[in-house]
Amino acid sequence: MLSKFLSSENGRGLLMVSPPFLYALLLMAFPLIAIFLFSFWTQDFMTLDTTFTLNNYREIAEKPIYGALLQRSLFVSASVTAVTVLLAFPVAYFLSFHVRPDRKSLWLFLITIPFWTSYLIRVFLWKVILGYNGVINTGLINVGLIDEPLTFILYNVNAVIITLAHAFAPFAILPIFVALEKIDRSLLEASQDLGESKFMTFMRITLPLAMPGVVGAVLIVFIPTIGDYVTPELMGGAGGKLIANMIQTQFLALNNAPLGAALAIVAMLCATAISLTFVLINRRWLKGRS
Amino acid sequence: MSLRIYAIAYLIFLYAPIVLLPIFAFNDATIIAFPLSGFTTDWFTELASNKSLHAAVKNSLFIALVSAVTSTILGVCASRAGAMHRFRFKAGIMGFIMLPLVLPEIIVAVSLLVVVVQILDLGLSNWTIIAAHVLICTPFCIAILNGAFQNLDPAMEEAAMDLGESRFSAFRLVTLPLVMPGIISSMLIAFTISLDEFIIAFFLSGSSPTMPVYIWGLLRFPASLPVVMALGTILVALSIVLLTIAELLRRRGLARAGVKDEGGFL
Repeated sequence: MLSKFLSSENGRGLLMVSPPFLYALLLMAFPLIAIFLFSFWTQDFMTLDTTFTLNNYREIAEKPIYGALLQRSLFVSASVTAVTVLLAFPVAYFLSFHVRPDRKSLWLFLITIPFWTSYLIRVFLWKVILGYNGVINTGLINVGLIDEPLTFILYNVNAVIITLAHAFAPFAILPIFVALEKIDRSLLEASQDLGESKFMTFMRITLPLAMPGVVGAVLIVFIPTIGDYVTPELMGGAGGKLIANMIQTQFLALNNAPLGAALAIVAMLCATAISLTFVLINRRWLKGRS
Repeated sequence: MSLRIYAIAYLIFLYAPIVLLPIFAFNDATIIAFPLSGFTTDWFTELASNKSLHAAVKNSLFIALVSAVTSTILGVCASRAGAMHRFRFKAGIMGFIMLPLVLPEIIVAVSLLVVVVQILDLGLSNWTIIAAHVLICTPFCIAILNGAFQNLDPAMEEAAMDLGESRFSAFRLVTLPLVMPGIISSMLIAFTISLDEFIIAFFLSGSSPTMPVYIWGLLRFPASLPVVMALGTILVALSIVLLTIAELLRRRGLARAGVKDEGGFL
């Protein structure tokens, strides 16, 4: 029976895929269930009380700081996503339509390299660029455009958005590029032969067909940015802290893991709900994606 | 034409922070700001004599090596199953394995922290970081290996088996050499991700920090910043070398499998 199963196509495929599947089950699914359970417990100093309670969620709902942080986090993630995807689209378009095919992988390689270099140091370097004595301020003063250093570019939400938009750039370019590459070029010719202008061809053919890539880019930027605490910690100053900083504080400094777990669950649910809504709104562009 | 200018401006935006790195690493001043004051290699000499940094680097290299090998093995299983077999719930299973790609890292970190410390009551060590790094590296490995496995003709392995090889030796003698460039490229990428990963390592490291955790500690002390710049310069140079090798191998792998290059690691 077993040997028959293992020699079948279905059995061999399942056997082959089982190590990575079991790994993800043990180290992702079970831990996620664990923090979900944890969020209904309470911790008093070192002792864990495992009676079911909604107190953590009640505290999150009642104390305004959590709501404010969550709101700011969602706003920052949404802004980063919008900035990143809007800036990335023309680059992806250029790569797909205007770069010679044999040069494409070189361009993609150049775009991905900065992404693979030390994240911490990259974030810190943005501080050097945007800082009081930073590159931008000294540059503008030397040119004579400003007399005093600009202060609105560091230690606030703007700085966090710029830095994150830089960090996630390749994540936005690649899915859009892949979607654009799949577009049948003869459709564009047909549209122009039938009298549409270049602009209308873009609006009615290219953009709708590129939407799966845009949606992919939005999701792959929006969801992970919710969980970043490095950039807000280094760039955000006092007014730029986000929900991930609070989660980190609850776990590592305040030793209140159950409340941290509840915050993580709430943040993840919000991010998932927004992502699903976004996918639903755009579902007509995703149909027929094969 | 204007699109090309935009794309080049975008590349400058992408590279702006990295270009500053060597400038300040060789600058003879403890403050990281313009104007520059003079040339020095002191910061690199300081790196060479820093014992706790060496320990952190050693930790990171060990973690990155084990994570790279393990996640590539898991990636080979998944990519091979995905490319060469049909089985039940395939789309669901493959999607599930790729999920860590979009899971916020802080969620991976806190959930594993809770399981290891509070539920299993184990201590944190390099192995807890490795466990998490394998989880987040595997989807990247699969993405790279898919390219190598996808257009591989299953008939080649079948032919080897018809000629008397066992299933495993058919894989070893026929498929493995063809996907080898992809495997090495996948290991290099996983190695680079693990070496650089901070968010998870910060939660899960025990008494001995990894290199990014150590750098995070240094960032709080202004006096140590030039040393961080020097270290960063070395790291950037190293990752560019590793990535270039990975890219060349990935292309060769695609050429062996007879696939058109569609670019990109992701």
